[in-house]
Amino acid sequence: MTTYIIRRVLWLIPVLISVSLITFILMHMAPGGPWDREPGNKQLPEATIKRLNREFNLDKPLWQQYLLYVWGAVRGDLGPSYQRPSKDVSELIVERLPYSARLGLQALALALLVGLPLGTIAALRQNSWIDYVALFFATIGVAVPSFVLGIYLILFFAVGTHWFPVVATNWDDWRSWVLPSIALAASPAALLARLTRSSMLETLRQDYIRTARAKGLAERMVVLRHVFKNSMIPVWTVLGPITAGLVTGSFVIEQVFSVPGVGRFFVAAISQRDYSMIMGSTLFYALLVALGNLFIDITYGLFDPRIKVNK
Amino acid sequence: MAVTTTTPRAVTWEMTRPPRSLWRDAMRRLMRNKMAVASIIVILLIALLAVLAPVLPLLPPVIYQSRPDDPGGGGTRLPPCIQVGSLSLCGPGGNTKFLLGTDASGRDVLSRMIYGAQVSLLVGIIPVIIVVAIGLTIGMTAGYLGGRVDNLLMRFTDVIYAFPDLLFIIIMISALRGTPLYDIMDGLLIIFISLSLVGWTGVARLVRGQVLSLKEKEFIEAARAIGVPTWRIILVHLLPNSLAPIIVAATFAIPGFIITEAILSYIGIGVRPPRPTWGGMVQDGYSNINAAPHLVWIPAAGIAILTLAFTFLGDGLRDALDPRMSE
Repeated sequence: MTTYIIRRVLWLIPVLISVSLITFILMHMAPGGPWDREPGNKQLPEATIKRLNREFNLDKPLWQQYLLYVWGAVRGDLGPSYQRPSKDVSELIVERLPYSARLGLQALALALLVGLPLGTIAALRQNSWIDYVALFFATIGVAVPSFVLGIYLILFFAVGTHWFPVVATNWDDWRSWVLPSIALAASPAALLARLTRSSMLETLRQDYIRTARAKGLAERMVVLRHVFKNSMIPVWTVLGPITAGLVTGSFVIEQVFSVPGVGRFFVAAISQRDYSMIMGSTLFYALLVALGNLFIDITYGLFDPRIKVNK
Repeated sequence: MAVTTTTPRAVTWEMTRPPRSLWRDAMRRLMRNKMAVASIIVILLIALLAVLAPVLPLLPPVIYQSRPDDPGGGGTRLPPCIQVGSLSLCGPGGNTKFLLGTDASGRDVLSRMIYGAQVSLLVGIIPVIIVVAIGLTIGMTAGYLGGRVDNLLMRFTDVIYAFPDLLFIIIMISALRGTPLYDIMDGLLIIFISLSLVGWTGVARLVRGQVLSLKEKEFIEAARAIGVPTWRIILVHLLPNSLAPIIVAATFAIPGFIITEAILSYIGIGVRPPRPTWGGMVQDGYSNINAAPHLVWIPAAGIAILTLAFTFLGDGLRDALDPRMSE
């Protein structure tokens, strides 16, 4: 087990190196320097650009720039924002992280609270109307993009009924968080419901369930102790992709609901061509997703005694 | 008593029930699935409108239309048009010139929806073709050759897979958008490229798994034993036998691409305006959401209907091609 964990942690290194290298190359392929102004505006004087380039190590050869960047990133220094040179990218990310983290965690909690029970009930009442309704909503939740759902939530519950703000300004008010959390939670909730249902159905067919029932165990105990517990193993693995989905989903949902989080900032950085900010956020997101997957993989090995991971 | 093939009964039995191929069986199962059939009809309808857009009697989607209430625009003031700032904007219905109303620039929403469908369908279909081609090549190579090539290709796939898709696509487009590539087809080309470069990993893994299990089968061994060249084994034996799950995976990939394009256009790095796209229309209409909700809900409904239709079609295809999967 220990060797598995070590191998799994070490796998992070090539992943993060590839991600940073790809991002670095792409950002340097982008035409125009970071100090170029939009065409038509007054450009910065040549001497200033030279000075800025020297200050930010942009006059060095590319491979040196990359190594300097990685060395900084390892120590948590992602360099200054090109658009706001007075601030560091890491600082800007940390400033906005609480909003994104709250949104993501609320959505994850909501997805688990809705998805797991819905899938369980659907499986236990297979082919009943509850099952069909649950499946229908799960299909819609998987297929309809979160931002379309977010827009309909705003239309119905903010524009139509005024229950929640259309454009939230006060993020200390719980009402501002309701609609974005639901919009972000819908697709993982639907995915969890579908997966829980099919996994439960699979478990219900097993011999040991028949044995448990045959020895007279109460149905409630059969479901809770045997069916549910064993069905959760495949469901657990999908939490990795779900983490990735929540991260990328947050770009759009934060945009739709004007949540002042990292995602909205990332999108703003794209339109402002703030390449250091784009690169820093990308690395941050990639690390987040990689750590999420790492956590799921390791706990999966711990939860499922059938898995021998010492190969 | 054993029935031999020479008895007349066996002959009539064979004649009344001609052998059915796997594909015809699958087709029959698909056509019995109501949701799948409805989805096919919806998709064909949208595709028909999108293809026929240039010959349909539509108002131009990009050019500002003189509105009925415009002085000198020819008509009397027609409800329900409202004033938004210095512009007037018509809602859907109640106005025969603009069935779905106009946007804040006086452009016909119906026409923009139909032209926008072209983009969504193209983005759904072209990258899928490329993705299947890349995925087949890499998956077949890795699965058939095995060994070091397999290891190398699969590690490469893992790295791409570890990168969140949308994030990768966004940074690729933000890097490429200043280049001449972005001028081709209003930016559609780099959307195709980036969707394809990111999306092939799933197909590659799937194909590799299929090939790994197929190549141990006797019929492949037999083919190899009688000296069938490798390319023929791949094309004639491996490919057709691994096609069903690829078709299902490809269908499920389509709504993902449509959604991604809508998101890109919504956050402003997708297809370049003024070319109408559904995601871009949502973005355009968003600032007037209180006064003119139709500018947001109509394109949003378009995205939802098209992605739902492809998802239901994918569900139907999966059930039809692999009856064991359905519960």
